[in-house]
Amino acid sequence: MRPWLTSIVLFLLLGLPAATLAVDKPYFYPYVNPLEATVMELPPFYQADIPDKVPTKTFKVYPFPEREIPKVFWYEDGLVCSLTYQKKEAPLIFIIAGTGARHNSPKMVNMQKALYQAGYHVISITSPTHMNFIVNASSTMTPGNLREDAKDLYNVMQLAMTKVKDDIKVSRYHLTGYSLGGIQSAFVSMLDEEKKVFDFERVLLINPPVNLYTSVNILDGMLKNIPGGANNFDAWLDNVMKKLAEAEEQMGYFELNGDYIYKAYKRFPPREDFLAALVGVSFRTDSASMIFASDVMKGGGFITPKNVGMSNSTALTPYYVVANRTSFEDYFKQHFVPFFQKSDPSLTEEKMIRMLSLRSIEPYLKSARKMGLLHNEDDIILAPGEIGYLDQLFGARAKIFPTGGHCGNMNHQDVVDFMVDFFAGQEG
Amino acid sequence: MMLLHKFKMVILVALLSVVFLSGCTTLPRTGPDTEPAIRQQADLVPEGTVLDVEVYDPIEGFNRGAYRFNYYFDKFLFLPIVATYQFIMPDYAEDRVSSFVDNVYEFNNFTNNLLQLKLKKTGITLSRFVINTTVGVAGLWDPATRWGLHRQKEDFGQTLGHYGVGHGPYIVLPVLGPSNLRDTTGLVTDAVAFAVAGPPAWVDDDTTTLVFTGVAAVDKRKRIPFRYYGSGSPFEYEQIRMLYTKKRELDISN
Repeated sequence: MRPWLTSIVLFLLLGLPAATLAVDKPYFYPYVNPLEATVMELPPFYQADIPDKVPTKTFKVYPFPEREIPKVFWYEDGLVCSLTYQKKEAPLIFIIAGTGARHNSPKMVNMQKALYQAGYHVISITSPTHMNFIVNASSTMTPGNLREDAKDLYNVMQLAMTKVKDDIKVSRYHLTGYSLGGIQSAFVSMLDEEKKVFDFERVLLINPPVNLYTSVNILDGMLKNIPGGANNFDAWLDNVMKKLAEAEEQMGYFELNGDYIYKAYKRFPPREDFLAALVGVSFRTDSASMIFASDVMKGGGFITPKNVGMSNSTALTPYYVVANRTSFEDYFKQHFVPFFQKSDPSLTEEKMIRMLSLRSIEPYLKSARKMGLLHNEDDIILAPGEIGYLDQLFGARAKIFPTGGHCGNMNHQDVVDFMVDFFAGQEG
Repeated sequence: MMLLHKFKMVILVALLSVVFLSGCTTLPRTGPDTEPAIRQQADLVPEGTVLDVEVYDPIEGFNRGAYRFNYYFDKFLFLPIVATYQFIMPDYAEDRVSSFVDNVYEFNNFTNNLLQLKLKKTGITLSRFVINTTVGVAGLWDPATRWGLHRQKEDFGQTLGHYGVGHGPYIVLPVLGPSNLRDTTGLVTDAVAFAVAGPPAWVDDDTTTLVFTGVAAVDKRKRIPFRYYGSGSPFEYEQIRMLYTKKRELDISN
């Protein structure tokens, strides 16, 4: 072959892949089924490259130092937050956790690591639906009211900053949150426009619901996948245990870790209804804790008797049973709306449902150039048409991945890259 | 067997209640202004149903006390020791200790697999012990698992369960945590068998045994991520009680 021909061939062979590499590698997510995407852990190969450990410390804030905490919550003492810190001056990002999650839930820790790596301080805040928040930091002790929760969160953020201001140097502030924390970020950001304490530069909503009421009912409804409903939970659990025992028998061993579960999952692919039930059970477990904490803090009457004294030895089993048989709909109608009606008699269920929605602050969301959206087209918490609505509402500020379920892809390399670019102001 | 267990249980309940709590009720305190809840169990669960979460727990007052005690024990003694151990030891050395401890305790896996006449698993356990003690240099490494010979965990509680002994009343053991009468009996039996006929008897040196027991306890706590009151649920006691009972059923069924 002539030298010039060789060089052309070489150029074609070598140059072509180089040219393709320059274009973005297409996003690939290993779970096409949105329920699988939501439930299963992302295999390590697709996970973002983040450090194992980042400098993090926890601290407590006391928004209501005078509040008398019922004895049954004797172990509750202050709202625990965490700070991931840089040694030098850096921007700070507040993250609000999803429903029932704490400042150190696995998703939160992953975000702390990714954002630390990108050069940010991070303050992680437990969800207002978590017992720790309800008992220590909620003014209404009735989580779910986005405007009220936003005030509490804003208050906590200020107290947190007071707590850490001597340890770190902050250049500017950003805000983010996933799932319920995502929609809450929008309301907190709106409050910040008025109060200007932080004057957030960028706000990212990750997998938020459009309407909290709709999304929660979708999650709650997944319990219908337990044949016979909540009262048949035991039989369902027995069946799950039996399946686990079978898997163990065939695999020859049992370990309770991600690797084992993934292997078992590959060999015995679970059915769709099982995955849906799992999501439902997980949600109901969180909401049961929330409802109990809220009821006890306000003196009872909903799922616990009114005016009883519970000690650190009180058996809570009967309330556990009731809480696990209380849907969000029950909470909403029998506890939540009546509570807020006391201070606003004109409030109706319909009015409240409309308030629990991004649509209720649509003009702000449209105009807030600082705000971005990260979502998945197949997110299971959205009703039909809602992803289209978000896409239209946020326009160029929306990044919507085709797959990933509800928050399943938050530690995917492409998703993490997008988050980091967003806060740097370089998103595509 | 049944009668013996009943008898044991009575003694245990009597002892524990005398020692730890006199007059500690698990019912909430009511007054003249107490009003019933809107939602109650009686309206939501068919009468006569016994739910999984309603594990037989006649000494709940004591158990909740022990649960609290364990929280403080962990917080002020056990976990600081574990943290110190982790601070001093390189991770690599910690893993060698874990392997070593597991290898020594294969003795109990062996006896209990044998007692349940699980011959294949007994064989696997024996092979593991031989391979790990020789190729794995006194158990510091675990080549057997890499060769597909997985650990076959069995204890005397499982052996009792295998032969039809029910779990009996739930017990939260001070320091050791969730258990029940069957598993506590198993724990004691295993410990005695281990001391009398197991590695401590082979070594026959009190100091070595003492050091091993201490290190093994720290190593085991290190490997259990569970933290008392760490779940963030007000129902942690109930959930742990149910999960423990279910997990043991699963352990026994295979």
